[in-house]
Amino acid sequence: MTSLSDRQQLSYIASQAADARLNVELETEGMTLNIGPQHPATHGTLRIICRLDGEQVIWAEPSAGYMHRGYEKLTEVRTFPQVTTLVNRIDWLGSFANEVPFILASEKLMEIEAPERAQVIRTILFELSRIANVSLFLGDLGVQMGAITPVFLAFRDREYVLNLIEGATGGRFHPNFDRIGGLKDDLPKGWIEETRQVMVKLRGFCDIIEDLLFGNEIFQSRMRGIGIIPADVAKDYGLSGANLRASGVDYDLRRDQDIAMAWDKADWKVWTHPDGDAWARCWVRLQETRESCKIVEQLLDQIPAGPIMTKVPRIIKVPEGEAWVSTENPLGEMGYYVVSKGDLGPFRVKIRSASFNNISIVPWALQGVYVPDIITILASLYFILGDIDR
Amino acid sequence: MDPLSDATDTDEQPAALPGDGLREGIVDDLRRRIGDAVLDTHISPNDDLWIRVRTDAWRQTAEALKAAGFTFFCFVSGLDWLPSPYGTGEQDPTVEREAPDTEIRQGVTGGETRFQVFARLVDLDRHVGVTIKADVPDEPFAVDSWSAVFAGANWHERETHEMFGIGFNGHPDLRNMYLPTDFEGYPLRKDFPLLARMIKPWPGIVDVEPMPAQDEAAPQPATGEEASDA
Repeated sequence: MTSLSDRQQLSYIASQAADARLNVELETEGMTLNIGPQHPATHGTLRIICRLDGEQVIWAEPSAGYMHRGYEKLTEVRTFPQVTTLVNRIDWLGSFANEVPFILASEKLMEIEAPERAQVIRTILFELSRIANVSLFLGDLGVQMGAITPVFLAFRDREYVLNLIEGATGGRFHPNFDRIGGLKDDLPKGWIEETRQVMVKLRGFCDIIEDLLFGNEIFQSRMRGIGIIPADVAKDYGLSGANLRASGVDYDLRRDQDIAMAWDKADWKVWTHPDGDAWARCWVRLQETRESCKIVEQLLDQIPAGPIMTKVPRIIKVPEGEAWVSTENPLGEMGYYVVSKGDLGPFRVKIRSASFNNISIVPWALQGVYVPDIITILASLYFILGDIDR
Repeated sequence: MDPLSDATDTDEQPAALPGDGLREGIVDDLRRRIGDAVLDTHISPNDDLWIRVRTDAWRQTAEALKAAGFTFFCFVSGLDWLPSPYGTGEQDPTVEREAPDTEIRQGVTGGETRFQVFARLVDLDRHVGVTIKADVPDEPFAVDSWSAVFAGANWHERETHEMFGIGFNGHPDLRNMYLPTDFEGYPLRKDFPLLARMIKPWPGIVDVEPMPAQDEAAPQPATGEEASDA
């Protein structure tokens, strides 16, 4: 097995050669390959235009924007509590996690904090949405590599988590459960016990996926050494989440910032991988799902008694100011820069979504790769269209 | 008066907090690197840091901060400080107001122009982020591009150009990302009307239409008037 630096070197050489080839007039005619907008591997409508030389990509350019909904403009004509309905739809597989940073930013401007009970329940729901999101990724990964079985397992086991989210919030996909100052409701009776049982099932799911998929020789040879992203490049492009940690950067916003959530109450680990290839990105996500189960199980024992809502006025006016809050969402760093002028609604909201940065590296990452690896790299970067286009 | 004041004088200084020292150190370090291009700073103790720099030093700031350890690129975007001529969200945009609010008030760290660019960089080792702002003058309506310093800025600058019209000198390819190429106007500017809002009533605090079971004569809550006017 070649060492990492060797493999990185090879990938650099390949991309350099691809650059050189563009400048030389070739006898063979290049071919332009259009992937998408409707392609199963694009999770929606992302179009990627590739120029090929034989089997090798010499130039690739993603064309986003088929699902732009203009949320930044729409937030300007909504009140603060209404914005959660919009931002729910950004990363639709982990909806609850989208609401949290916006609510935290609003709370920061109002200088209030949710009660401890609300913070712990928020963290549990946040991690459940991560499990729902990433478990689907792990199943979908198999389909994109040509393995059909894992996706059925993923959809079955994700359903358990969605049932939990529905039980607590009333919505399977778009909970809209987070409020400025706390949560809409308390947990229903029996929910905690059921969550414990589901977490056992999800751990089993992770084990099966590790056996079936990650232990599969074909899968390994399709993933290992493909799409290597060195740490410097990853930071330059603002890659975040598992994509950054798979390049060996030990950074997780759940651990590395002081925030009014309950992650510090649990004992868990931030996984990194030194390789930076497609395999590493998927492996880190698998470990993160296990860690999420661990966090949820520990926090279920620590839900303190008390109110779930702090005192807030009936009509919420947020004082003038600017606040930035970002959290470690299933796809990576998701943040809101909220500007308030003291009105009912925000003056400007800049939404920093993880997939936008994660996918901006595609022109760099696809240089010099072979056609089957395009799908591997796209799948391993893991993006959701709503999260790119907003 | 205060019996403790002479004994523990330094404890009352908020600057003694460790986070503050960290952020003040960052500002001092940046001042050493780019000199008087730092126009204004604002530190929220143990929380956040804002720095406003001169427009011509926009790219230099990125290079200096990258050299100072801020290697993680978070985002670049724009701000339009003009109050919307269509009123705030709950006001009816089709009604002409007698005295519309046209006072441009810049936010944290101030500024001189209606438009500003702002960006965020993070130091992954010290776990500290910084928001950098710069004014965008009317002529030329552009700042230097960061895309040669942080490759990720490429797409963010394209988006900012498309949404605000702000130019980025030295950007390789300022094509539209979302909108059609022949689209006119810059959607995130405050004076760009949101069409859906012009033709529909405000989705206000209470329902605009009464619920089916609700008696029309029933007294409305206090906010009802506000919403039904819109």
